[in-house]
Amino acid sequence: MVVMKMKFPFEKRVKLAQGLWLLSWCATVAGAFTFSLGCILKTELRRRAEVMDNSDVHVVPNTLMIVGLASLGINYFASKVCQDALDAGRFPRWKKMLKPYFAVSCFFTVLMLLAVIMSYAMKGSLESSLKVGLRNGIRFYKDTDTPGRCFQKQNIDRLQMEFQCCGNTDFKDWFEFQWISNRYLDFSSKEVKDRIKSNVDGRYLVDGVPFSCCNPSSPRPCIQSQLTNDSAHYNYEYQTEELNIYLRGCREALVNYYMGLMNTIGAGVLSVFLLQASVLVSLRFLQTAMEAVEGNENTEIETEGYLLEKSVKETVMEYINPVMKFLMLKNQVEEGTPGNPEIPTDVNVKPGLF
Amino acid sequence: MALLKIKFTQQRRVHLAQGLWLLSWMAVMWGGVIFCLGVYLKTELLRRAEVMDNTEIHVVPNILMMVGLASIGTNWVASRVCQDSLDPTRFPRWKVPLLAWFAVATVLCCLLIAVVALSYALQGSLEESLKVGLRNGIRFYKDTDVPGRCFQKETIDRLQMEFRCCGNNNFKDWFEVQWVSNRYLDFTSKDVKDRIRSNVDNRYLLDGVPFSCCNPTSPRPCLRYHLTDNNAHFNYDYQSEELNLYSRGCRQALTDYYMELMNSTGPGVLSVILIQLSVLLSLRYLQTAVETAMVLEDPEGDSEGYLLEKGVKETIEDLKINALTMLKFGQVDPNAAEGSSEVADAEKDEKDAPPSPAS
Repeated sequence: MVVMKMKFPFEKRVKLAQGLWLLSWCATVAGAFTFSLGCILKTELRRRAEVMDNSDVHVVPNTLMIVGLASLGINYFASKVCQDALDAGRFPRWKKMLKPYFAVSCFFTVLMLLAVIMSYAMKGSLESSLKVGLRNGIRFYKDTDTPGRCFQKQNIDRLQMEFQCCGNTDFKDWFEFQWISNRYLDFSSKEVKDRIKSNVDGRYLVDGVPFSCCNPSSPRPCIQSQLTNDSAHYNYEYQTEELNIYLRGCREALVNYYMGLMNTIGAGVLSVFLLQASVLVSLRFLQTAMEAVEGNENTEIETEGYLLEKSVKETVMEYINPVMKFLMLKNQVEEGTPGNPEIPTDVNVKPGLF
Repeated sequence: MALLKIKFTQQRRVHLAQGLWLLSWMAVMWGGVIFCLGVYLKTELLRRAEVMDNTEIHVVPNILMMVGLASIGTNWVASRVCQDSLDPTRFPRWKVPLLAWFAVATVLCCLLIAVVALSYALQGSLEESLKVGLRNGIRFYKDTDVPGRCFQKETIDRLQMEFRCCGNNNFKDWFEVQWVSNRYLDFTSKDVKDRIRSNVDNRYLLDGVPFSCCNPTSPRPCLRYHLTDNNAHFNYDYQSEELNLYSRGCRQALTDYYMELMNSTGPGVLSVILIQLSVLLSLRYLQTAVETAMVLEDPEGDSEGYLLEKGVKETIEDLKINALTMLKFGQVDPNAAEGSSEVADAEKDEKDAPPSPAS
């Protein structure tokens, strides 16, 4: 039972070949575009790598880059097949290559779709990675003299200024860590001694934030220290003050930024996916239409083109069987049964597996 | 005695026309590039318009945009002339327009050279404009409740953060103005009353700076207040502290930025000048070669192309005489009824006699 049969007179075949040639060159450009989108996303993720704990989310741009490169090759091959399609003398040499070609290109096209799905699915992983990374950044903010951590202060400051955010979840995260180094604390002063004695770990905690949390749109010069103390500042109320420092947390700001980026890229990749799929479908029709012409003296007869010769299930079996056979054969060799493994193992194993 | 004569065979004329056609389209493209450069420079200047006092410096991007557009049109005309140049029936209609074209192209080249000179000459004007603009910005920093000035604080803060600078000349400019609004000062407190009484104008001056002056590369959390008092902070020395705040003044930072921008457009402008000059010279050669060929008996034979028919001095004198004649024609002539012959005689007399500036 053939899937999607279509009649192809000679003119239609010619038009199909010409249209497909143009389409495959468009798809080649689209493949390069996908690769560049992957590069952009990778660069943006690498820029903020210091506030990310793991690189799980990097699988999205990596996939996009692989798919983009593969798509370049696939579509270039398709255009070459088109050029030879209408020449009955030159078309047969492509015959052998087309079956594995379709398998490979279907795989990469599906991978493209998977990349788009993953870009939405990885939001949770990105958030938890940022949560840990930002917490470490805030914790090591004061360690500007420790090798390996000396740039944390600068990174966090620039991050907060650029993304207009403060702290991990919000600005109160700064109240829970000591962000002023001991080198700049006068341990003979009463205030410092009181604060250190006030908590178990002997840390100097303040209800203040670094300058990078300050909001330039505030009508008032920035209040960074003694934020919870209303009487420390004239005409100031902690609960109602909104514009003084950034209220948004950096985790939320970064997640929104990256999700926005991945949504935009996802939309582009989806359209490239549709283009690629149409190239493959058209090429399949062209191939089957041309195969029917083969052997005939008159190359201008009307032929039929189809997508799949058998039904979907049978075709899938046809592709998977060689792979399974290969794997089964391997098993048979390990179990130590030489000779003819075909008939007995096929009969025994196949029904069990499928 | 013609200037810079070159022999042109038919083949050479054809090559010249083809090469010039390509060159003029390249010049059209470069004209577009110059226009875009002008637009970009204008946008960058407009972005910081709030800290500039006057707009004298805008003459540079304005000229660039004008010249870019004019260059596109001029070189497009040149390409059309090229297309018609090898067709003896269509070339003669370009005779008069070409004179105008040469004048326009020369003016364009002069304007481009002027732009390069101006971009260096106006540096002082830019600095002055920034000096006044920044001083006003710092003075009105606190006036976030005054309409028309309410964005000064945000503008100055974002400027200092983006350009990594503090104050006009340096951070001490903030010590001389009151940048904390009276709405946030507790006038019952002793500290405030002391500070206000300490100066003639009753301003609340302090040795502190806004948060936007803080340098993120400092290893220490930013110190903004009591900057001159070493005892106010542990392990702090005012004289030797370098990384705490931005040490550069915003005027310096902005001037450097704009000068760098204008310098980077320099090579582009110079290459456009060269291309335009080569189009000009090639078109002149093509025009003279084709015209000489048309008057010959054999239109496809050799002809001579030249830059100027006579020498430089003689051409200038000819131009002067022509200009004066045109002026005389423009004047109201009391003897106009006596016909043009008298005017022609006067012209002849003028030509014979040495040219006098009085007419």
